[in-house]
Amino acid sequence: MTVGLDDYEPFVGRGTLDELRLLGKALHGRRVQHVNSTAVGGGVAEILTRLVPLLRELGVETRWDVIHGGEEFFAVTKKLHNALHGQPLVFDARDAEVMRETTAENLRSLDLGPDIVFIHDPQPVELVAGAPRGSRWLWRCHIDVSAPAPSAWEFLQPWVERYRAAVFSAPQFARPLSIDQVLIAPSIDPLTEKNRELDAATIAKVVTGLGIDPERPLVTQVSRFDRLKDPLGVIEAYRLVRRYNDCQLLLVGGSATDDPEGSQVLAECRAAAADDPDVHVVELPPTANLEINALQRASTVIVQKSLREGFGLTVAEALWKGKPVVAGAVGGIPLQVTHRYSGILTHTIEGCAYWLKQLLNAPEFARRLGENGREHVRNNFLMTRHLRDYMLLFLSLDHPGESLVRLG
Amino acid sequence: MPSVASAPFQFRTRLTLTKLTGRQAADLPQLVGHLRAVPLSVVFHHTHHFLVQHLHLSPEPPNDFAFWVTNVLQEDQLGEQLAAIDTVGFATLAALRDRIVAVIEAYLEQSRSLREAPPGEEFHFRDGISFVLPTAYRVRTLEEFAEALRAVGAATIAYHLFEARLRLGADDNDFSRWLEQALGEREAAAAIRRLDPYTFTMEGLRRRLIELVAPGPAGRGAR
Repeated sequence: MTVGLDDYEPFVGRGTLDELRLLGKALHGRRVQHVNSTAVGGGVAEILTRLVPLLRELGVETRWDVIHGGEEFFAVTKKLHNALHGQPLVFDARDAEVMRETTAENLRSLDLGPDIVFIHDPQPVELVAGAPRGSRWLWRCHIDVSAPAPSAWEFLQPWVERYRAAVFSAPQFARPLSIDQVLIAPSIDPLTEKNRELDAATIAKVVTGLGIDPERPLVTQVSRFDRLKDPLGVIEAYRLVRRYNDCQLLLVGGSATDDPEGSQVLAECRAAAADDPDVHVVELPPTANLEINALQRASTVIVQKSLREGFGLTVAEALWKGKPVVAGAVGGIPLQVTHRYSGILTHTIEGCAYWLKQLLNAPEFARRLGENGREHVRNNFLMTRHLRDYMLLFLSLDHPGESLVRLG
Repeated sequence: MPSVASAPFQFRTRLTLTKLTGRQAADLPQLVGHLRAVPLSVVFHHTHHFLVQHLHLSPEPPNDFAFWVTNVLQEDQLGEQLAAIDTVGFATLAALRDRIVAVIEAYLEQSRSLREAPPGEEFHFRDGISFVLPTAYRVRTLEEFAEALRAVGAATIAYHLFEARLRLGADDNDFSRWLEQALGEREAAAAIRRLDPYTFTMEGLRRRLIELVAPGPAGRGAR
């Protein structure tokens, strides 16, 4: 299905699309090139797949290129990624050499000519070595670099500071830098399989297929089986709730076959669920977007009890479906959930249980949280807002140092 | 006065690109310290952008400071005082900043123990680059004006009503000025000037504005 800008009108209204078209007019003929490290798989490629055609529709000449590298390069960039996330790894001179070699090869093969070059994530960061003086290069950081391993940050920082601006997803992910830093949150797409409206029959089929009783309350956490998502804490909270409330618990996440720790956490969850028929621990393939959508829509309350989180877009997905959410106050979650207005922020297992009971016992309050959450996502976390922010960022390059820009 | 204005009203909107300042506060002394030092565009961002970003919250806390103090620091009394600051009554951002600082400092003088934000919930000072651009709505009559009010985005209403006083002075706004000067609609202009826009939700404000200007059963004719 080819998605066009007009397809978003039912969700955001004509006014928002008019604004985007005005911005497109202001950028008309400008050439933008995105560069990242993968064409498929992962959130960055997923977002670019949708954004690039929409930018073109708006009159911005947009290209998307992918860097190439061998196994050794991607092993090094994986290490860099983990070290930037705070794992105690040492990024050494040999690693830097591998990065440099692959960057040099890509600089020879890529045509980096347009007005604005938008580099995504650390893998292609060194391409800025090929930027002509005065050119407009932007670096988009999709990961949390708030507490990196020192050697990794010492490697990255001088490269990042050669860009005109760096873009982060949440304020706390940013670092002290000598260049401008911009906040652009990621987004969800209301037209994808994971988020589109579903009919009752489709939802019922998925729910009953997993042995879940559609007539009784369902508390769900959608996430990888990862200790940082605290699935065992969710089971504990559920047990506290069950002393007073009837409900079922569903922990559902992507397949963990290539992740030894994931398999272990999954096994621990199954052991903790033991013989409770109301606890469903379900592993689904990464392509099960429709199933995840249906399960979110079938839930009474959605939990995202993360102990550490990137942006946590599963929260926006749940809110978009009008669901009350109980979530850990970490990473990008506080941007999405305003406590007691558009969801609940918790810090402990007991707190999570307390709010679950409140929401199960006060459906009217829960409904209002869900409605507010959906409106908050509509205004702040849909693809169209993402598109708007990128276009504003491109326009801002024409107005350095200005805090008010008049267009048209 | 003519029913068709010779000078049309051009509805504009303000879109914001948010910049990170790198400044963060975990408690009230830090909050007030940064507040004194930041550019006024930061004060503008936290007292105006909030309304457009959190449409559903208004008429609850009208600015980021009140919200953080109430919900994160749980200093309810100060949160209430900050929420009660009459934002609409300040003609300059400097005066608004002075008032916010004064309220926090007065509270600090009388408070013995102060709370700290839990890790991860610090106040992050943000700045913004504002882009003001014309919308498709350019009107010459009261009917067209009311029609446009139904269609424009929330940021457009905020721009003409909330932010206008920073351009026009504390007592005026773009809507009242045009209604009065171009159409002679003194009564509607005055009624809009009397509104405290910070006490409505954005949609509630839109409805009220339409009531004040729209002819016919849903509007002025019904009153």
